[in-house]
Amino acid sequence: MSGHRMLLSVSVAAGVLASSAAHAQTDITWWHGMSGHNGDVINEIATKFNDAQSECSLTPVSKGTYEEALAAGIAAFRSGEQPNILQVFDAGAATIINARGAVIPAEDLIKNAGHEFDRDAFIDGVRNFYADADGKFIGMPFNSSAPIMYINTEALEKAGVEAPKTWEDFEAVAPKLKDAGYVPLVQSQLTWEFTENFFSRNDIQFASNNNGYDSVIDTTINVTAPEHVMMYDKLKAWADEGYFGYYGAGWSDNQKVFEENKAALWIGSSGSFGGLQKTAQMPFSATFLPYWDSIDGAGVHSFIGGAALFAMAGKSEAENNCTASFFQFLTSPEIQVFYHKSTGYVAITKAAYELAKKEGYYDEKPVAEIGIQQLSLPAGEWNKGYRLGFYPQIREVMEREYGRIFSGETTPAEAMETIKEEGDSLLSRFAKTAG
Amino acid sequence: MKRVQFNRPLLPYLLILPQMAVIVIFFYWPSAQAIQSSFYIEDPFGFGATFVGMANYQDILSSREYLKIANFTVVFTFLVTFLSLAIGLLLAVKADKVIRGSSAYKTLLISVYAVAPPVAGLIGVMFFDQHIGPFVDLAAWFGWDMRVGIDYWDTAIAMITISVWKQIPYNFIFFLSGLQGIPVSVVEAAAIDCRSPVRRFWTVVLPLLSPTAFFLLIINMTYALFDTFGIIDTTVKDKAANNPITLVYKVYMDGFRGNDIGGSSAQSVILMLVVFVLTVFQFRFIERRVHYT
Repeated sequence: MSGHRMLLSVSVAAGVLASSAAHAQTDITWWHGMSGHNGDVINEIATKFNDAQSECSLTPVSKGTYEEALAAGIAAFRSGEQPNILQVFDAGAATIINARGAVIPAEDLIKNAGHEFDRDAFIDGVRNFYADADGKFIGMPFNSSAPIMYINTEALEKAGVEAPKTWEDFEAVAPKLKDAGYVPLVQSQLTWEFTENFFSRNDIQFASNNNGYDSVIDTTINVTAPEHVMMYDKLKAWADEGYFGYYGAGWSDNQKVFEENKAALWIGSSGSFGGLQKTAQMPFSATFLPYWDSIDGAGVHSFIGGAALFAMAGKSEAENNCTASFFQFLTSPEIQVFYHKSTGYVAITKAAYELAKKEGYYDEKPVAEIGIQQLSLPAGEWNKGYRLGFYPQIREVMEREYGRIFSGETTPAEAMETIKEEGDSLLSRFAKTAG
Repeated sequence: MKRVQFNRPLLPYLLILPQMAVIVIFFYWPSAQAIQSSFYIEDPFGFGATFVGMANYQDILSSREYLKIANFTVVFTFLVTFLSLAIGLLLAVKADKVIRGSSAYKTLLISVYAVAPPVAGLIGVMFFDQHIGPFVDLAAWFGWDMRVGIDYWDTAIAMITISVWKQIPYNFIFFLSGLQGIPVSVVEAAAIDCRSPVRRFWTVVLPLLSPTAFFLLIINMTYALFDTFGIIDTTVKDKAANNPITLVYKVYMDGFRGNDIGGSSAQSVILMLVVFVLTVFQFRFIERRVHYT
């Protein structure tokens, strides 16, 4: 625990003591998977909430990573010790949403506490990912991000090219970027950037049963779609030509190449912006994640990445009301803009986006706007989200097979067959968990 | 010999009760739960469970990937155990012979043991880092494009090297004290009978070391099977992808990260059986050849 955070939690605790002396306060807890700077920002938000009202006192607890937070929340729920609020990441959404009874849908919680709830207040790309098939919010979107393309402006100038909008454009400029002495393209997470969001950006069905929203029974994954196989055939060919650099499944090993001014284009997260400002050794800008011009209907908004907050069931009404007021507080434009600016995650409501615009934040930092703009692109048919059980394990299968593609152990077509086979069997196992 | 007779027959049971309680609560109870869960496919939050009989076991044992991981675990365990025992023994024998400055020499070798395992793992991973690792630069000198984290066997070599390095000091300490426990008179008598120091080592010193070696064999196998978890996790940087992993890491991935309780329980039951068989084998067949003095 850093000294700073220790001080903070001590002061939070002191605040609780001081005010509980005055009148009875309801304590609620929030388990999350953030640490370092992002964890400190969460503590600041909790302090702001506790200072803003006197009925509720919120204590945030970091449980390590996203996976660890989910595992801790599950273990706690099974022994009846669950927190009021649990942060769950995109790939784990199906695990918690399909466990009927584990959570109170965010929309019900807020309405029951007597607040208004307006789905249309949220920007388009955020609205459906953590909602059920009818659009009712189950989780409250919290830290949201989008995969975007960062641009090494120096490299593009040297090569005398424009930033590509589509992958066809990229193929045209890649040789020039390579001749200028750069790795033309790097990425950081193939599963999220070139599979899930390949399907969203190009508006292709990712899984049967309406991307898994309608039912868990007989859901199958569509990774063998010819367009998706083509994407990886291209990536492999680009890697062989020296147009694409793959440095393993770890996020930062790949980001580092871009930071060190050795790569021209990097597909990262809109949430990487804050850190990149400090680590990049050259000026950079950003634009949307490219799509394929050759695919009909491509170019729609991407899925949101990041995580959402879930109100756990089995808590008293007073505590649930506090959770509801915290959700209300969290979506207020001021807090959204504060969070957006201090972390680089996108603002999730239209009002917050307007406020940040009005304050002139994007004139100062245009890169910070790219994620929201990409999530505000038109909706397609297949890009509202996906709901797949045991998805963290399916991602691991993908990571394994994608690694094998680039080490030459398999071909994209074979890899997709393997992922489909193992993925479908994991999905059918998941269907049995509902029992 | 004087025999102590207890008047109250219950007292001994009372005295071992705390120990038994610890074993039951922390070993038998979780084991029983694991065996039970391994027959179900369960919702992580505990809302539903479907009894599936042996299906979890069938799924695991018919999975090509699982068998591949099992194969790697065998190779990994063998290499780590063999190399760390062999190098530890070699260093101990050499250190035992040093006369001038021997304590400094021994302290230097032992001090590595004071490095905490996760720190050792991190140091090792730094050495093999694909961007800044000196070992990678060294390999490049010999024309070997070492890509740890991308190439399966390059990562395997890094994992084995780090695991062996971490375990050598432990073996060194035990072998050294074992060597110092061999009576000088025996060593001198052997020197009169036989001129070749190599032969003396194989026929006199090693048999006298066998209790130590047997103990270390069990400890090292357990180390390679289970305690290398942290080193594997730091080497693959939390994303196994196409890198080699061991069976324990697979249990963690499926159980704690994938929330598949039934599947990972079945895997841990399989691991329990493997350890049980190994232990029985070691005590029945290898220990017979150990000379206790």
